[in-house]
Amino acid sequence: MSVKLSKRDKEYLDGQHGKAGQIAMRILARMAEVLEAEELMDVSQAHIDGCGLLSDAGLEFAETLVSQGGRVSVPTTLNMGPLDLQNWKHFGVDEEFAAKAIRQGKAYTDMGCIPTWTCAPYQSYLTPRFGQQIAWGESNAICYANSVLGARTNRYGDYIDICAAITGRVPRCGLHLKANRKGQILLRLVDIDPAIMRSNAFYAVLGHLLGTAAEDKIPVIEGLDPEASGDQLKALCAAAASSGAVALFHAVGVTPEANTLEEAFAGNEPERVIDIGLGDLLEARSDLSTAGEGDKLDLVVLGCPHFSFDEFRELAGLIKAQTNKGNKLHSNVRFVVISCQTSYALLQRSELFDVITGFGVEITLDTCVFHTPMVSADTKVIMTNSGKCAYYAPGELGTGVAFGNMAECVQSAVKGRVSREEALWKES
Amino acid sequence: MERVLSGRAVVAGAAEGTALVSREPLSLWGGLCPRTGEIIDRRHELSGSYAAGKVLVMPWGRGSSTSSATLLESIRAGVAPAAIINLKVAPILALGSIVSDELYHKAVPIVVLSEKDFFSIKQDDHLNIEPDGTVKVETRP
Repeated sequence: MSVKLSKRDKEYLDGQHGKAGQIAMRILARMAEVLEAEELMDVSQAHIDGCGLLSDAGLEFAETLVSQGGRVSVPTTLNMGPLDLQNWKHFGVDEEFAAKAIRQGKAYTDMGCIPTWTCAPYQSYLTPRFGQQIAWGESNAICYANSVLGARTNRYGDYIDICAAITGRVPRCGLHLKANRKGQILLRLVDIDPAIMRSNAFYAVLGHLLGTAAEDKIPVIEGLDPEASGDQLKALCAAAASSGAVALFHAVGVTPEANTLEEAFAGNEPERVIDIGLGDLLEARSDLSTAGEGDKLDLVVLGCPHFSFDEFRELAGLIKAQTNKGNKLHSNVRFVVISCQTSYALLQRSELFDVITGFGVEITLDTCVFHTPMVSADTKVIMTNSGKCAYYAPGELGTGVAFGNMAECVQSAVKGRVSREEALWKES
Repeated sequence: MERVLSGRAVVAGAAEGTALVSREPLSLWGGLCPRTGEIIDRRHELSGSYAAGKVLVMPWGRGSSTSSATLLESIRAGVAPAAIINLKVAPILALGSIVSDELYHKAVPIVVLSEKDFFSIKQDDHLNIEPDGTVKVETRP
């Protein structure tokens, strides 16, 4: 092997830190070669994506590691898992699937992982600090950690994430190094109506467009609102890491490595400049939907990535506005919000809980509609405010999908049909 | 007529199969069904094709970091591509193949070719991949 290993790395490789440590180090060393890294480096935190999908291979891998003595050596959080651990029966998940999912979850917690079970770990627990070297999985979280927090991680897929957590080591390359974090292409927002820029849907639409436009480059956005909220940037990250492979973007005056345009590009010229106008946003927005206006709606899904307390608050306000008019959830529509224990605990301590559940919203925790079998086979059309959910639903769930903002999702859930406010998005 | 291309063996191994070519990157999670090998990304140009036993030729991997798990599971289920050819190293795909090698002693060879060689491969070409990264291309008449 051409990778330079430390004394401790070699001990792992020789099996002196157990068989699981040896497997982990073998995978890391081979990946270091793939990535042409010269050596490995320390990370001080990990977030595991590999616990999310339930597959026979994934379960075998996790149980192999734990039975061979695998234990994490750095604080390690868990992405959402394949099961709502408390309410899976309510969501119609079968016993065999649940039993395997519980085994897989136990394998990871037995290795010492913290049972956060969320795809928005940056809003939950153990938020990394600026410049911290971490090994994170989950594409939206990777994008958020790098871009919004300024922590440093490469895209750690299943199952190198747990290898990094066990050994505390990763290949030294890519986004861990400052020199590789410079912006490469510039996207300028040109003449976008401020009302559109303020709408939450804008961030998912822009993310969808960003992922497609960036290809394998680090994009820099100019013209983004400096007041953009964490939830809005979360939506942007999730969409950009779905339609594309964006692990890091900069937004001038918004993200911490881009106080100025010069800083974002480290003094270099952009390789390419792309102007984004209303027409481009309209195209990206329509690309996110396969179902059309007026289509019969079966299911609303919010919380991809996991709903924060602030998003619960926004939803409660929208629901109140409907119920004040005497409107109810349409009898043919299921309304599901996906979240994590942290946000849910806060929700339970507020009066919003009754507003939301009273409307008929079902809240599922610790998991996601893509990883637990809770969407029934007769579901034809779903509606979501998430660019990521809209992107993956047709392939993973086999349903049609309509993308709209949260207010439009609530309005459609009342009408039983896809209903959006098109006025804002018309070309003037 | 056979042409011989020389690439970098990202994950070394021997394989042969028919080329399934796309100019668009594909995320395997949400893109490949690990039980059947069908391409299920309904926005992708290969939607509805089957990757099992084919040599998947696409520029790079995209999207979800779960794609390595999808590749691993498809290898376990016997419906994985016979090999993958990329234009740039796709670490998440390499990872799925390497974990499979460590867990099941079965890897999907992955080769990266130069731009000229990558784009010279046409749909349904017969490809022979060798452990050193050599790709032999036979174009069907």
